[in-house]
Amino acid sequence: MKKLLIGNEAVAWGLYNGGLGLVSSYPGTPSTEITEFLATHDDIHAEWAPNEKVAMEAAFGASLAGMRSACAMKHVGLNVAADPLFTLSYTGVTGGLVVCVADDPAMHSSQNEQDSRHYAVAAKVPMLEPADSAEAYAFAKSAFALSEEYDTPVLLRMCTRIAHSQCVVDIGEREAVPMKDYVKQPEKYIMMPGYAKKRHPLVEERTEKLRAVAENGPYNRVEMTDNREFGIITSGCSYLYVKEVFGDRVPVLKIGMPNPLPEKLIRDFAASVKKLYVIEELDPILENHVKSLGLEVTGKKLFSAIGEFSQKTIRDAFLAEGIDAGPVPETCGAVPAVPGRPPMMCAGCPHRGMYYTLVKNKITVLGDIGCYTLGAVPPLNALDSTLCMGASISGIHGFNAARGKETEGKTVAVIGDSTFMHSGMTGLVNVAYNATNSTVIILDNSITGMTGHQQNPTTGYNIKGDPASKVDLEALCKALGIRRVRVVDPYDLKACEEAVLEELAAEEPSVIISRRPCVLLKYVKAKAPLKVDPAKCRGCRKCMKLGCPAVSFREGKARIDATLCVGCGVCEQLCAFSAIGGEEA
Amino acid sequence: MKTTSVMIVGVGGQGSLLASRLLGTLLTDEGYDVKVSEVHGMSQRGGSVVTYVRYGEKVYSPIVTEGECDYIISFEKLEAARYASCLRKGGKIIVNTQEIDPMPVIIGAAAYPEGILEELKAAGYDVADFDALTPAVEAGSAKAVNIVLMGYFAGCLGLPREKWEKALEKVIKPKFLEMNRKAFALGWEAV
Repeated sequence: MKKLLIGNEAVAWGLYNGGLGLVSSYPGTPSTEITEFLATHDDIHAEWAPNEKVAMEAAFGASLAGMRSACAMKHVGLNVAADPLFTLSYTGVTGGLVVCVADDPAMHSSQNEQDSRHYAVAAKVPMLEPADSAEAYAFAKSAFALSEEYDTPVLLRMCTRIAHSQCVVDIGEREAVPMKDYVKQPEKYIMMPGYAKKRHPLVEERTEKLRAVAENGPYNRVEMTDNREFGIITSGCSYLYVKEVFGDRVPVLKIGMPNPLPEKLIRDFAASVKKLYVIEELDPILENHVKSLGLEVTGKKLFSAIGEFSQKTIRDAFLAEGIDAGPVPETCGAVPAVPGRPPMMCAGCPHRGMYYTLVKNKITVLGDIGCYTLGAVPPLNALDSTLCMGASISGIHGFNAARGKETEGKTVAVIGDSTFMHSGMTGLVNVAYNATNSTVIILDNSITGMTGHQQNPTTGYNIKGDPASKVDLEALCKALGIRRVRVVDPYDLKACEEAVLEELAAEEPSVIISRRPCVLLKYVKAKAPLKVDPAKCRGCRKCMKLGCPAVSFREGKARIDATLCVGCGVCEQLCAFSAIGGEEA
Repeated sequence: MKTTSVMIVGVGGQGSLLASRLLGTLLTDEGYDVKVSEVHGMSQRGGSVVTYVRYGEKVYSPIVTEGECDYIISFEKLEAARYASCLRKGGKIIVNTQEIDPMPVIIGAAAYPEGILEELKAAGYDVADFDALTPAVEAGSAKAVNIVLMGYFAGCLGLPREKWEKALEKVIKPKFLEMNRKAFALGWEAV
């Protein structure tokens, strides 16, 4: 069956047809769709785990039990799951285990642009890196056999461009892979020093065996031409840009297996051309390896370690070197400058009312990872920090421990429901256990929002949308040691302010659960849009402080866009002149 | 054959993803090698979004850069200007004249630029502008702007209308098919 697939759907098909029995993941752009597509198959176990570490360990357990398993995460998710990864490298697998990790060069939807290939090198596990959906399918499918043959987890590296680009893929049939028997193997699976010391040499031997796959296997290939003036070593989407510029005019060594890297293949390629370039996004992993072989090569000197490339990046760099890289495309002429259009919180977003309250009261806000990070931008400018999943709560504890009474009464942590499940709970335990008078606001919109509406343990539904066990956030916070726990509706500005001021004034740690479902959820019905009565509007711009995309200001008066407004009523509560209202206003 | 490049640009939430999937499906069925590049995640939240569709005999890069684009379909007026530098000489921009204020305009830090399409035309850009919102509402939903625009654009490719209708059936859920057929027809007829 030939089909146009985004890279992530291709990975899902590859894993499924490769005999996958279990997938456990935590959502994260650009990796989310791998697991979403797998969950459409009813003959496998698919799940959203509370975080990437749990997900990888679930995949480990299934592998131990003899089943082919996988987990998927974004690059920063692999930081969370790094602990199991490094020791999984020692234990190896029973059923094949594939770890899909998606990097985000240019940070379309991330807080950093780290290069996951470092993990493959550091954990000493093989990594495959496809350049398009067709390769993503083939590599994902073959990764299970590679994993089992070499007794190792396999990393499959995606990046935003490949994960979210479509091309035609020929999807085959699902392989029938019987479960392997479970046999107790303490010296393989109990990683205490005595056993682990015996595993480490096996890991080093494995790398050398895998190098033969790198030399002769299906993942790395040379595309030779008659022109030998220079050759390019490249991988992933950089390969596509190189081909876009040079077509078949320049010799290319395409790397599909960035760890372990071949030696002979590279030496032979280098010997066949007069000059060597390495073109890779992010860090100089290939380049440093080539240099370690004592070869002369040009890489990061021309091609930045920052952001994404394109055919233009490659073309411009070679033209600057005086190399013919084809004609420079001509534009039609000068273009008028236009204002930027950064992403923002949606009209009717339940986070807005709480943020307005915090800004109004000049509260210091330690933020977290999710849609609500968008509260950082003008006009709200509500946040003081955003580091990583869970750091709002762990961070406020340290912040208040450092400054004591000076900050305790005017600082809060804000964290979403899914992020709280991911890694907020342990921070909250620390607040209670090591006793700082910290105030935590859980922005509970009953869904994992930013990544496109995934269920989580607080929503009461599983990945398939079936009813599931639901975490009782109030009871949980109390059980973790917080006595003051209260719930507030963020559409009610008065109640928000009362809750925030009272909990900040309290002499002990507290949690405010700001609860209202995401306005984009299908079951949330929008109310009739509100209107501005131009006769009553004095043009004071107070409603503009909310930064709601539905409210704009034209000809001295506020105006509400009826196609965007969901009638949340927050701006109505702010208006001192009763100029905003429903039909009757 | 030369690779043809199309960019679909607009504001997150306007449905550029569906439009690009419609075009991608149509071109794949025509037997072309096709690459489509989408935007997911944070940028979708009301930000400026761009989707690339490229087709031909063999397509490598999934993205389009300066001076390379044959057609830009802009779902919003000022977004047309934002991406116009990608248009090649002889390329064409199709623009929905709908204005959606970006945050700098909403908060009063900038004004919505006046006369940008006129400026583009004066600079030598081939701009076809029309109001896609009114026909979308007529078809049944302001959200159908994407399909109205694809109907308007369809004529540029020279493929028969039945093939587009077939692609519509493939990518649109049965529940919304009738409305989108109407939206497509209104766009097609607006040329």
